[in-house]
Amino acid sequence: MADVILKGLNKRFGDTQAVSGLNLAIRDGEFIVLLGPTGAGKTTTLRLIAGLERPDSGRIEIAGRNVAGEAPAERDVAFVFQQYSLYPHMTVYENLAFPLKAPARQLANDEIDRRVREIARMVRIDHKLENRATRLSGGEMQRVAIGRALVRRPAIYLMDEPLSSLDAKLRGELRLELKRIQKELGSTLLYVTHDQMEAMTMADRIGILAEGKLMQVGTPREIYGNPSSLHVAARLGQPHINLLPADLLPGGNPPAGTKTVGARTEHLDIVAGEDANARVDWIEHLGDQNHLHIRVRDHKLVTLADPYLAVRPGDRIKLTLRDPLYFDAGGQRLG
Amino acid sequence: MSSANSAHSVVEPSLTSKRVAGAIVILYALITLIPLVWIFLTSIKSPPDSISYPPKIVFTPTLEGYCNLLTTRTRQTPEYIASLPAPTGTCDEVTRKRNMVIAGPSNFLPRFVNSLVIAFGSTFLAVLLGTLAAYGFSRFRVPLADDLLFFILSTRMMPPIAVAIPIYLMYRELGLSDTAIGMILLYTAVNVSLAVWLLKGFIDEIPREYEEAAMIDGYTRLQAFRKVVLPQATTGIAATAIFCLIFAWNEYAFAALLTSGEAQTAPPFIPTIIGEGGQDWPAVAAGTTIFLVPILVFTILLRKQLLRGITFGAVRK
Repeated sequence: MADVILKGLNKRFGDTQAVSGLNLAIRDGEFIVLLGPTGAGKTTTLRLIAGLERPDSGRIEIAGRNVAGEAPAERDVAFVFQQYSLYPHMTVYENLAFPLKAPARQLANDEIDRRVREIARMVRIDHKLENRATRLSGGEMQRVAIGRALVRRPAIYLMDEPLSSLDAKLRGELRLELKRIQKELGSTLLYVTHDQMEAMTMADRIGILAEGKLMQVGTPREIYGNPSSLHVAARLGQPHINLLPADLLPGGNPPAGTKTVGARTEHLDIVAGEDANARVDWIEHLGDQNHLHIRVRDHKLVTLADPYLAVRPGDRIKLTLRDPLYFDAGGQRLG
Repeated sequence: MSSANSAHSVVEPSLTSKRVAGAIVILYALITLIPLVWIFLTSIKSPPDSISYPPKIVFTPTLEGYCNLLTTRTRQTPEYIASLPAPTGTCDEVTRKRNMVIAGPSNFLPRFVNSLVIAFGSTFLAVLLGTLAAYGFSRFRVPLADDLLFFILSTRMMPPIAVAIPIYLMYRELGLSDTAIGMILLYTAVNVSLAVWLLKGFIDEIPREYEEAAMIDGYTRLQAFRKVVLPQATTGIAATAIFCLIFAWNEYAFAALLTSGEAQTAPPFIPTIIGEGGQDWPAVAAGTTIFLVPILVFTILLRKQLLRGITFGAVRK
């Protein structure tokens, strides 16, 4: 395990600037999640670190050495791909042993065997070692894929949406397992996803990526509670943050220059009845909570509400802001 | 794909249409098989039976054709033959009945070996070069790749025999006439374009993530190619090999033009088998029958790959 430092990284594909002036320092043993929509440059960043792409400019340092001229095999990284993660012509065992059998590594067979079995237990696939890789369920395949990365002790693990092709339940389970394993091994891990839940639950720090630029890096709490820009605020929170004109709702204290107010559920107080300034359009019942769709003049808001809150569609309510987020005309955070 | 979309293709065909299709297939098989059966029957007829008219369907089978194919014989007086010790094999016996003795082996076996060496040699080379070129075209940004691929394909657009005279002259100058290496090079040159195009399709289908994973896992590109790409390309390589082999094995025109002795292959040799008083048809038929065997075995062994090679591009994985 080692520190990985990216400095001023640029990569262009034709007319698209995939990665633009990217700076990021990943500390030893840290779990960093890059969060961003499709095309934000997440995968390109991973591929640049792995050596599958060459940067147009910038530096990549792994454990203090500049790896610019090194082939992927020399960089001492492990990669979990989103798809096509296993070699289809090999068994689970052969897949797990493949990185260890690389001619450059020269490990003894019993050492390889010991490590394969240890990792197989860790990712809970030891009962299927002799199965062909193609005869596994989706979840088992991704567990093997993660295992194939873990079987080595590289400087950094790079994971490109490894859970995105799985169903929600499995994704939840593997999320927990991955975090447990990472803690157990003390691994340095750079994980890419567009799923905010994965980012929030697993990351030590989250990096928000948009159009090839790193918008903000911080702990999940910082990114959620203290976003530096409108874009970052919009990436996190379920339901989506409500973006409103500065003077729409009372209760705020907008600093000079405020163009937009960002209000999540926790920034909104709802009182039924008196002094109503809003109307409930309809309510989505999710079971443990409700989504309230609210109309204020011609603006629509969505917020979570306690299922016991006594409101019905058509009811008039009073909506007040409580310490919301303020943004200027350029989308930068104020105050 | 939803089941509704593909419903028309999974409906069981009706019994009548199955029967009609079956009848057509059987009829077609009969039509194509009759010449082959005829050749085989001729190969086990005696020379008089083979040219009798009307043709004989019922006859006493004999191995004379095979004996004549594999040996050279000289005519002897009955007294001399009677003075010889008892015949040591079937061929001895058959030959003596015609008042002849075996003088030695014929040229068939060396010609057959030439065919094997040249056909398999050129197939190996064409598939090897084709695989490497196809991998390059598939994975790397080759300058002018499309034009190069078109150029490679365009070499198939003229009938090979159109360049017979230039090649004949070049080969004479280079000392490649009537050499196995010359024929291997020639057949490789003809086949390599087919190999590149077929194999590029197969390699394009293998996701490049596999090699990238292997390269990150500590392998060089060449090692990744060998351990990850090749095993997954075996189907395509087998199909390509069959096509190349069939061409090289059956090729007649260049073989007749460029080989006459040392490197002569079986196709130009077989028609030159002359018996006493004309063409020795059973021997010719025996040569043809033996000549068919390797391709038959090879094709049966790899028939699944061949089928996939033929329907290649039409079937999505």
